[in-house]
Amino acid sequence: MTMPDTASAAAPTRANLPMTKALNAGLRQAMLDDPKVLMMGEDIGPLGGVFRVTEGLHAEFGEKRVLDTPLAESGIIGTAIGLALRGYRPVCEIQFDGFVFPGFDQITSQLARMRNRHEGGVIMPVVVRIPYGGHIGSIEHHQESPEAYFAHTPGLRVVSPSNPHDAYWMMREAIASNDPVIFFEPKSRYWPKGEVDFTAPGTPLHASKVVRTGTSVTVVGHGAMVSVLLQAAELAAAEGISLEVIDLRSISPIDYGPILESVHKTGHLVVAQEAAGFVSVGSEIAATVTERAFYSLEAPVLRVSGFDTPFPPAAVETHFLPSPDRVLEAVDRSLAF
Amino acid sequence: MPVTSNDAPVRTLTSPTVQLLSTEGAFAPSDSAAEFLPYFERLTEADYRKFYRDMVVVRKFDTEAANLQRQGQLALWVPSHGQEAAQVGSAYATRAQDHIFPSYREHVVGMIRGLDMVDILRMLRGVTLGGWTPEEHGNFHLYTLVLASQTLHATGYAMGMQLDGATATGNPETDQAVIVYYGDGASSQGDANEALVFAASYQTPQVFFMQNNHWAISVPVSRQSRTPLYLRAGGFGMPGIQVDGNDVLASYAVTAKAMDDARAGHGPSLIEALTYRVGAHTTADDPTKYRDPDELAYWVARDPIVRFRAYLKGLGVEQEFLDSVDEEAADHAADVRRRALEITSPDRSVIFDNVYAEPHPLVVEQQKWLDGYETSFDGSES
Repeated sequence: MTMPDTASAAAPTRANLPMTKALNAGLRQAMLDDPKVLMMGEDIGPLGGVFRVTEGLHAEFGEKRVLDTPLAESGIIGTAIGLALRGYRPVCEIQFDGFVFPGFDQITSQLARMRNRHEGGVIMPVVVRIPYGGHIGSIEHHQESPEAYFAHTPGLRVVSPSNPHDAYWMMREAIASNDPVIFFEPKSRYWPKGEVDFTAPGTPLHASKVVRTGTSVTVVGHGAMVSVLLQAAELAAAEGISLEVIDLRSISPIDYGPILESVHKTGHLVVAQEAAGFVSVGSEIAATVTERAFYSLEAPVLRVSGFDTPFPPAAVETHFLPSPDRVLEAVDRSLAF
Repeated sequence: MPVTSNDAPVRTLTSPTVQLLSTEGAFAPSDSAAEFLPYFERLTEADYRKFYRDMVVVRKFDTEAANLQRQGQLALWVPSHGQEAAQVGSAYATRAQDHIFPSYREHVVGMIRGLDMVDILRMLRGVTLGGWTPEEHGNFHLYTLVLASQTLHATGYAMGMQLDGATATGNPETDQAVIVYYGDGASSQGDANEALVFAASYQTPQVFFMQNNHWAISVPVSRQSRTPLYLRAGGFGMPGIQVDGNDVLASYAVTAKAMDDARAGHGPSLIEALTYRVGAHTTADDPTKYRDPDELAYWVARDPIVRFRAYLKGLGVEQEFLDSVDEEAADHAADVRRRALEITSPDRSVIFDNVYAEPHPLVVEQQKWLDGYETSFDGSES
């Protein structure tokens, strides 16, 4: 996809930003580029969202383009579908991961299927933004990783950035997409700053990317897990183990090219995720890599996951969430196989 | 649109059932009909003839479609028998620029908006999940099978009309509005209630047309609500009106006013049309298991077509016209049957077509695989 060249002479071409601000910049640019782009959600107006991702947009674009909606997730998604049928490009904010389920029917039974049911007669350019994942010490329904439900649904595209630069560009590409995109924003990565280059789109929306090269074991993850994998790689390097880290970026579709290329080189694959492991993104990658690179594998593909339990009380979340050490335990098992 | 419009005074209107025709077909407006009489007076005898014709044609079509299902030509049929007046009256209250979001039983509404009834049969024969292009068929949107989902789509669409400035300009020839059909069963769904919340909040140009046909498959309306359903509107902050849905003239007049109000920027309203599902929920249903025959007899005696025919006869409409309508209905049904039998199955490529607007590698790969797999059998028996 080619993005419009929107960097004006006056605007900075680079900035060191937290992901919240990078997402905000991406949303703002999309609204500037296309008057059909709307924001919808709970508390996204004057407050700027509970994570301030839409901060300033209500003041700049007004209440007709930044809609504080009634408190009803199915209502948000369902009316966004109607607006998309009318030619708009709504970006819906779901306040927290665990609150998407009241809108699940509209997403899976309606949004995902509208184009197919219309035999191609309509497009559904709706983005559903979902802050997700743990590491923030919050209460129930505020730390979940429900991405597999959406990746399992034909008709949806599912992505998750791991850093501010990707967040900016992936948001712009998601809004430009004519298909519905479920955009998972890793809450624990909302605040660390990173450089955003506003002039360099870089990696396409649905491409996975090698973010650290290595030779011993391939480790794959998305969202907040990428930083965990990079920490694990640092620790492993100190012990002489070279991890190749791949940022999945897109969960549907999954770009297997870089993963398979890496596995052909290392012969070992560990997939990490915060979500429960049973019937998960990691399971899917394990199955597909086994099908496509069986003779390159020197060990079974291993998964490092949250447990198959509800997300626990925050006091014990560090035992639940995959840590660099948990990743390295799997790396060791793979190498010892 | 939003927020500021919420400061406008809330219109609440509740009324006893609006009726223009007595059960026997005499012109006998209820007291509650007074404000709707100017809308009734828009109609000419030519309109009455259209109303009658469409009710009779769709009744015959409905019978033919049920027969096709019994003969194995359709996977399922959803009868509209008994609900013709509510549907015909409300459909004629729409204008060309309006958008209609049906549930799945509004066959005659589609017909009035220009839809070929064979297109509905294509979906029920299982050769498509949709069947038509709404913008090429009178803005009659696709049937929605998950109950009440379409109420939110309709509300969002109406919000889009507001954002476009396509409504409430003061020009009734171009101002747009939405009408969404749902039923007494669907009224219990969360989506129906969320749609009413959103519509009231944003003051959308929209009419919620609820056909209370008294049964959600086997469950009576008394299980859905302890209060008459039109009264719920007041709790959402919009007018609610109950109309005799077996009275085509009252259904027209009440809906015409509500749609005019919606186009003029007066916000949404809810119409509860009291009618009856004379037939089964679908051809897979058996109402003799749960319905009192006396109740059925009560409603059959209030048949909307019989009533309107009596009214027309009272006006002096000639028998020749009534006979010609029966003939036209039979011809239409026969034509639909003939063309329904000619519906062909689509190519297997429809499995993969249009799942995404832009290619998705998994779908592309699976289509390629299936093509290779199935063509591998070609000629294997020769």
